[in-house]
Amino acid sequence: MSQLPKSEAPRSAEIARSAEARLEVLTRINRAVAGTEVPELPAYPQSAPLSREEIVEQFEDRILDYRAAFTRVAAQDVPGAIGAALGEVRRVVVPAEFSDAWLPAGIDVVRDAPLLSHAQLDGIPAVITGCAVAISETGTIILDHQGDQGRRALSLIPDIHICVIRAGQVVQTVREGTEQVAPSVRAGRPLTWLSGGSATSDIELVRVEGVHGPRHLKVIVVDG
Amino acid sequence: MSGLHPAQPFPEAAREQVNQPQLRANLRKVTHTIREKRLRATQELPHWEELRQLGEATKDASLADLSNRLLTLEASVKARGGQVHWARDAAEAREIVTRIALAHQVQELIKVKSITSDEIELNKALDAHGVHAIETDLAELIVQLSNDTPSHILVPAIHRNRAEIQALFNAELPGEGHLSDDPAELAGAARRYLRHKFLTTKMAVSGGNFAIAKTGTVCVVESEGNGRMCLTLPEVLVSIMGIEKVLDRFEDISVFMELLPRSSTAERMNPYTSFWSGVTPGDGPQEFHLILLDNGRTDVLADDFGRQTLRCIRCSACLNVCPVYERAGGHAYGSVYPGPIGAILTPQLLGMHDQNANTLPGASSLCGACFDACPVRINIPQVLIYLRGEAAQHKGPTLEALAMHGMRLAMSEGWRFEGAVRLARFGQGPLVHNGKITALPGLLGGWTQSRDLNPFPPQSFREWWRQRGQGQTPEVDAAPPQAVQ
Repeated sequence: MSQLPKSEAPRSAEIARSAEARLEVLTRINRAVAGTEVPELPAYPQSAPLSREEIVEQFEDRILDYRAAFTRVAAQDVPGAIGAALGEVRRVVVPAEFSDAWLPAGIDVVRDAPLLSHAQLDGIPAVITGCAVAISETGTIILDHQGDQGRRALSLIPDIHICVIRAGQVVQTVREGTEQVAPSVRAGRPLTWLSGGSATSDIELVRVEGVHGPRHLKVIVVDG
Repeated sequence: MSGLHPAQPFPEAAREQVNQPQLRANLRKVTHTIREKRLRATQELPHWEELRQLGEATKDASLADLSNRLLTLEASVKARGGQVHWARDAAEAREIVTRIALAHQVQELIKVKSITSDEIELNKALDAHGVHAIETDLAELIVQLSNDTPSHILVPAIHRNRAEIQALFNAELPGEGHLSDDPAELAGAARRYLRHKFLTTKMAVSGGNFAIAKTGTVCVVESEGNGRMCLTLPEVLVSIMGIEKVLDRFEDISVFMELLPRSSTAERMNPYTSFWSGVTPGDGPQEFHLILLDNGRTDVLADDFGRQTLRCIRCSACLNVCPVYERAGGHAYGSVYPGPIGAILTPQLLGMHDQNANTLPGASSLCGACFDACPVRINIPQVLIYLRGEAAQHKGPTLEALAMHGMRLAMSEGWRFEGAVRLARFGQGPLVHNGKITALPGLLGGWTQSRDLNPFPPQSFREWWRQRGQGQTPEVDAAPPQAVQ
């Protein structure tokens, strides 16, 4: 952090003020809730469990409902599905550890290693990532930004986001999804939850897809 | 309106607002649309009620154990390389943000929509120090460019229609001037304008929807992606959060990610949610400040009955179901917190001695729709009634209290009541026009502001009954007299 200009005096005054404020707020809280019991939490309500196949089908239904693209393929067909999702686009950025075996031939692949600048990312039309877990009930994809997903800016700045998800990564409920990524959070990793593409309904409640985030989300689910 | 402080009592502000046809049409459209969608989204989950109860208990547990959780949060954020600041009031919070901005010598910063930052009137304070805060949420940008104030928690520019936004963007956004009124085109213009800002601005300010004590994690829930941009691309991030937003463990977030989007935008899940813990090396801002704001919250906490107000997760479901909000609109509440939740939160944050804010608990018909819609089961109607009582106590001896005392005396004995009715029948003469009373004098004038009153009938039921008992046929024929209204 850059230091305050010139004098150190304002800084020490600020430290004293903050310590005083902290003490006062905590004291006020303790006085306010003195003697209040911390209630026991009721059990988390359970959804009726779906089969593996039903879970993937539900996930597809939700993704399509968000007006994002959905494809389901066998492992050997991933490069073809990515190629189809890219359409005319011939240049993509991928995270450092994204699998080479999934990339189609004949496209210009940029790896985010060493890290690209934000301006460089802004010049690349598409990004391909994996994910940490996906949730079928809500059509949510969770990134914990490990090696096959890359840092947060990577899946944010390009206009097309292609996300490759193994079928086994899709769980049914929000609770299961949250539990799966809890270890990542405890390890200090950031998370991004994606449910469809960027959207706004701020003008007369008319839904507009694509404001600041990637305007196109394309989901590829891989069996096996 | 500035921050929390209403400039006038609710009835006066509402009278101005209900006379705006555009506002009322927009409000009717948005509230009805979201209302129906929300029902579909919540009915899809068979265990919605159990989720509400879990959400309620999880928030209550946090409030009961608040100081421990805040201390844990502070330690966790620091352990992850972040800095934590405590602010007793709005002025302290403004000062902390301003100091950080000046230390980095920025002239401009980008902001994620944050009602807490509006509560402390941050933008104005930054402006006074030569720092311009750019709102990046589309609706907030519309509000900011037109020097307006938000009127809804979720859709702050709902009082503006597309033609107004078209004219505004054509005039105010650099390089534009030929935009149509197509919402997609208008959103596209905002994207072009803000993308350069996102990529080049050094500092961002956000609020926080939730924070996790044990992991030092802050969470921002959004739709457009402007949140992700602000939370990821700048070098310095400052998040301002009310002390009541803290949860214990990361797993506690799950129930709120089920409750909030379905209650708020009526979606199964909102498009984007970001979580971060302090500073992540090589990813996102490398300097992070978390400001924990009291600003009246500990006063709300100290009230055993009003405390439940602090469970609020700012979903705005109560606004969308409220018949008073639908007609009066957000500006009538005079505070950054409008609608039913604002009617209980604003006066409690400011204290019931605030003579404008303490009229807000009257802004309700007590229909109860807000309680049914609330995902964390805040019993808003009961808190409203409770606060009306508190407000009456803060008024001290008034003419109204004196009148009520007289009324109690008159109604305590039958003979007194009958005497009073006879007196009223005699006294109402000059007020009756064409068989109706349309304007009562003095204190009672409030009643006839929006409705007419039937006059006292020539004979009361008791008088008629007594006459009947004496074997006389009453003048009004066999029909019972008109009931006293």
